[in-house]
Amino acid sequence: MNEYVVELKNVTKRFPGVVALKNMSIGIRPGEIHGLIGENGAGKSTLIKVLTGVHNPEEGEIFVDGEKKVFRNPVQSREAGIACVYQELNIVKQLPVVDNVFMGRAVKKGLLLDYPRMYKEAHEALATLGHPEIDVKMEAGKLGTGLQQMVEIAKAVSLEAKLIIMDEPTSSLGKEEIVQLMEVVRGLKAKGVAILFVSHKLEELFELCDRVTVMRDGEHIVTEDIENMTEDSLINAMVGRTLDNLYPKEFGEKGEVWLEARNINEAGVLHDVSFKCHAGQVTGFAGLVGAGRTEAMRAIFGADKIDSGEVYVKGEKVTIKKPQDAIKRKIAFLTEDRKGQGLVLSLDVRTNLILANMKGFSNGPFLDKKRIQETGEENVRALKIKTPSLDEVVGQLSGGNQQKVVIGKWVNIDADIFIFDEPTRGIDVGAKIEVYRVMNDLVKAGKCVIMVSSELPEILAMSDHVVVMRGGRVMADIERDSKHFNSEDIMKAAWGGELDE
Amino acid sequence: MNMKKAKELLQKLGTLMALVILAAIFCILRPDKFPTVGNIMIILKQASINCLIASGMLCCLITAGIDLSVGSNCVMCTCLIGVLVQKFGITNPVVLILAGLAASTCAGIVNGLLLTRLDLPHPFVSTMGMKNVLWGLALVITGSTTIGFTGKGVDSLMWIGGSSILKIRNAEGAVTFPGIPFSFILVIVVFCIFHVFLTKSALGRQIYCCGGNAEAARLSGIPSKNVLTFVYALSGFMAGMAGVVSVGRLASANGNAGQTYDNDAIAACIVGGASFTGGKGTIWGTLIGAMIMAVIRNGLNLIGVSNDVQYIVIGAVIILAVTIDVVRNKMEAKARKMAAQ
Repeated sequence: MNEYVVELKNVTKRFPGVVALKNMSIGIRPGEIHGLIGENGAGKSTLIKVLTGVHNPEEGEIFVDGEKKVFRNPVQSREAGIACVYQELNIVKQLPVVDNVFMGRAVKKGLLLDYPRMYKEAHEALATLGHPEIDVKMEAGKLGTGLQQMVEIAKAVSLEAKLIIMDEPTSSLGKEEIVQLMEVVRGLKAKGVAILFVSHKLEELFELCDRVTVMRDGEHIVTEDIENMTEDSLINAMVGRTLDNLYPKEFGEKGEVWLEARNINEAGVLHDVSFKCHAGQVTGFAGLVGAGRTEAMRAIFGADKIDSGEVYVKGEKVTIKKPQDAIKRKIAFLTEDRKGQGLVLSLDVRTNLILANMKGFSNGPFLDKKRIQETGEENVRALKIKTPSLDEVVGQLSGGNQQKVVIGKWVNIDADIFIFDEPTRGIDVGAKIEVYRVMNDLVKAGKCVIMVSSELPEILAMSDHVVVMRGGRVMADIERDSKHFNSEDIMKAAWGGELDE
Repeated sequence: MNMKKAKELLQKLGTLMALVILAAIFCILRPDKFPTVGNIMIILKQASINCLIASGMLCCLITAGIDLSVGSNCVMCTCLIGVLVQKFGITNPVVLILAGLAASTCAGIVNGLLLTRLDLPHPFVSTMGMKNVLWGLALVITGSTTIGFTGKGVDSLMWIGGSSILKIRNAEGAVTFPGIPFSFILVIVVFCIFHVFLTKSALGRQIYCCGGNAEAARLSGIPSKNVLTFVYALSGFMAGMAGVVSVGRLASANGNAGQTYDNDAIAACIVGGASFTGGKGTIWGTLIGAMIMAVIRNGLNLIGVSNDVQYIVIGAVIILAVTIDVVRNKMEAKARKMAAQ
């Protein structure tokens, strides 16, 4: 019996201009949950793609059960028993669940696919994950994100994988779904499956993992039993420096009510949603995934139609029918899905920065090149965007830096009300802190900031005032100095519990 | 649950309903000519070429691609057969069919290779280029003349596109049932094969994966490049088959024919439920789509609408079909939101 089910030895992978992995080694024992952390750009994704055969490393060796393997493509890695649940779920939404479970792998009977057997096996795989209720003939796109992820895991289970890599599996899940996922992961471990669990959330690693490996700049920093690590020691290893404070909260001066919603209704989505947000404050929106927080923000911003209700900006009743109306009222919306909704990935940094305010950067019909250049340089400096130049294509930047470009885009419309929807999802600790600093600067400059977040510590640390939602309704409205301003009470409200006065 | 199933079925039958309604309208406008057995058989015959071309086009559309060269490819195949008959005196139908199909499939393979190996940005580019190349080739090999097939000893070849089977005559020898066009029977056979291929075979399902989520397909180890190359080769092959059918259907080869074939095929697929964004579409939807196009052409002819105006009507129908599709998707999304509540 080998110590490791999968072992990577001294792997180096170069991309034009970058060494993504430098002499990297990692060994995963059978039946263990092995955490992998590192800042964005530390090389985690490359490591995963080397293991799954997407990238071929220049140097180094891969061993599966002690046997040396060379993966030239994803099929070979899969056949060796390695499966991966990618962060951006690889679901073909138009196809039924069963086709997704068996994607790239044919179960044949003669020339044709053996659908009866595929239905049965897909159903069995989902049942072992505690989801026998999923109809395998249903279009996968009709499932919620959590269930789509279960379909992905079912794919790995049905392969009888020895090692399942999970890349940020909790980043798009709500609290309840995370609990379910952890259950599933522990269940897999009990069956002897090894899990490589990549996460940005330290508390998850402590809760779930047996051992943890830290990477930085493509190199192996440390592998250790999780009991021997603390949050601080992990962060130290990850960033190579001590972070004295994860949440550098600073306070602005509480001003007038700048944004008020009164009884907003959207059929089936929002019910009598009312709240007030002050200038110079961060208003946190807490709740489970699907609580209607994002939907409320989209409604305010004019991205979705509302059926009834009123919106007041700086005390004035406004009609916002489309995002342009909201932008005119100086409302900025930083979407949760920055790749899909916030950025044009194929365009350069310069253009993305002025995307929301082309008019403001024009002289007559032409764009003012000089001003765009100056503003761009200013944004890069102020927001610490790490980019080789303003001409870099945004898609090439890391997640945290993409997020900063989105922020820059809205800073440039000179907005007064900033709505951040899950601003720190999927970005690393260092970049998170910089996003918080930007929020601090905004409230100190007297702006009104709204932060939708599923991470309670973030909500508690950064908000001056928290609105808790559930099922499209506002459940509670808690000031920072209230006795309810704690994680237990916020969770209680998010789960539909009553708070006493 | 039953309501839901009924609703889904109704949505699926939506295009079929459109076909029925269209037919009903023409029945009312020309009760004497439109709803006759003879006319229906003519419609089937007229739809055959478009059906064959559209089946290949459907596969391209499912991968979120497009093949603009199918019309020229079909014509080039007919012209090649014409030249082989006229200049080389080849009359063996098997040789002629194989030559035509091989040439068209090659053109399709080139389309696929241009897309996948030279990484041309979008099949729009490679296939539009190929359209012009093939058109020019058809004109060059025929010397821009029209080649007739009648009386050249290739009757058996012409039989594929021109004849009908099960013709029934009464005692006096007058035709009581004009017979089913063989070309349409070919269509049904081909479409049955396509149905099994697209829904039951590994390669067929991979075609949907490539179109629905290319990145997911890649990471799942699906050889996307080979799948795409195959799709364009198949599209070329089907265009070639349509070219073989045209030999008997038109009884002549003319390099300038077939200008509307590409658009008709795209329209048939889109009307039949395929989407430019890929991942969607069925072969039976495409059949109905092609029938709708054929009924419109035939009906408009019967009520005496000129060719020029027909273009306008068909253009409007395509736009309408896509609009209905978009609206339907929006309503579905809303219904889903309500259901999730």
